[in-house]
Amino acid sequence: MSARRVPLWRVTILALAAIFFLGPLAASVDFSLQQENGRYGFQNYVDIVSNRDLRDALFKSLEIAAITAIVVVVLMLPTVVLVRLRLPRLTLLLESATVLPIVVPPIVLAAGLAQLQGSAPLWLVKLWFDHPLTGLTPIYVVLALPFTYRAIDTGLAAIDLRTLVEASRSLGASWLQTLTRVVLPNVETAVLGAIFLTIALCLGEVVISTIMLYVTLPVKLIQVGQTSPGISVALSVVGLLFVFLLLFALSFAAGRRRGSTSVRVI
Amino acid sequence: MLPFTVYVLLFLGLPLYVVVHGSLTTDSNQLTWHNFSQSFTQPQYGTAFEHSLILSAWTALVGAIFGTWLAAAVVAGKPGGLLRRTVSSASGVLAYFAGVPLAFAFIATLGRAPGGVVTGWLQDVGIDLYAHGFNISSMFGVGLAYVYFQIPMMVILITPALEGLRPQWREAAESLGASRLGYLRHVAIPVMTPAFVGALLILFGNAFSAYATALALVGQTIPLVPAEINAAISGNVLVSSDRIALTLGVEMIAIVLIIMVGYGLVARRARRWLG
Repeated sequence: MSARRVPLWRVTILALAAIFFLGPLAASVDFSLQQENGRYGFQNYVDIVSNRDLRDALFKSLEIAAITAIVVVVLMLPTVVLVRLRLPRLTLLLESATVLPIVVPPIVLAAGLAQLQGSAPLWLVKLWFDHPLTGLTPIYVVLALPFTYRAIDTGLAAIDLRTLVEASRSLGASWLQTLTRVVLPNVETAVLGAIFLTIALCLGEVVISTIMLYVTLPVKLIQVGQTSPGISVALSVVGLLFVFLLLFALSFAAGRRRGSTSVRVI
Repeated sequence: MLPFTVYVLLFLGLPLYVVVHGSLTTDSNQLTWHNFSQSFTQPQYGTAFEHSLILSAWTALVGAIFGTWLAAAVVAGKPGGLLRRTVSSASGVLAYFAGVPLAFAFIATLGRAPGGVVTGWLQDVGIDLYAHGFNISSMFGVGLAYVYFQIPMMVILITPALEGLRPQWREAAESLGASRLGYLRHVAIPVMTPAFVGALLILFGNAFSAYATALALVGQTIPLVPAEINAAISGNVLVSSDRIALTLGVEMIAIVLIIMVGYGLVARRARRWLG
């Protein structure tokens, strides 16, 4: 290869991608800095903090995201470990079950839930749908299953799970201790990757929450955008950068360990 | 295993059962095909499926081509380099999070002047996009926004396959006298084709199921299947609209299922070379 020259086909697509993807971001920053009085300033960003409804929606979404991330890991890590060690016959079943959420579009899941909300017994409706936390978290866990399963499975494939677990068990550790103190630290980056994507998914999901009439962050974002687009654009910029930094930081955490950082979607 | 099974049955199986059951029954719980025949005879639903399929097809194709090109440019760089980290993180953001923020970034960029920044610039130099028929709420505008998550999704999907192309294959081809183009034509492209087609199918399904961006940009009035379902649930159409929503849902699932079966077949071939 000629001395460190970057070939034309690479430069072309990288430049195109930079314009295509960074252009709208720059335009959004510009747009969000234009105030209602016609001058440039940070009013829209100040309004994000001072808008009570928006803040409530943000905290609600963060709460849902945190709980969803915990539930999905607590549900999947033991299951995948168990299937790998004891029940390899069920691998195919697990794989199929975790592909299902990709096959069912969110809007269809929402339609089913809306129907359930209208026809299920009252006690169930009260228990399940009265609060966004109970209404959305279980469903978001389902949406996060595909990539969580694949991330954890890939992580476990890279370590000598059987030896680790047997060593831990024979030294007298309980199953719970083995999972939390031995297995989890060894698949830390895989789990972290799944957690961050789950958070991104929960903060971004809008279709189901719209249909179910829960006012989460993206739902509020659309509502606010109809009267004051500046605030919504400002918050969009903040959101995009926040999630980007989250994943970017993860790529460094993962870089220190062995194993791929890329996410398997399917 | 038990908690997982119960969980999936309860929170995925139950809503799914409700959808399928509802599409096959009348309000008095009698088995019927009426909902399906109604969904086939009402022209608005046919139009919605047509639009959804066309939108999914072209955004998948554009996303797949540029996504592969971009991924190839990134994979050719240093493995732990800044470019790689940046592109892979940005892809994650756009593919998983960006629906609504993407819509707003789009409004800020190409919205009707004086709002949209780029629309405004172009108007200053004498090009009026909206006078030429462009509109971010149109089918083309929404599709353009979809490309913003289709390309990153393609990068995520195709990068592992590109990483699986072994340098030895290129060296072998070159030492046997193959040109750059010859290597591409006879080695790289044939090996990559199943992975590419598989990813293309996933992108198609991705766009077909997606609604967030269209919801934020347009709402219920765009003729796409998810929007029709939304309108039907919200009761903005005339007759037995709940059932129509569920029926359209079953039809959507059927289409995605066909795509996924196709993917399964292609993926098996893709693994032959790129394990």
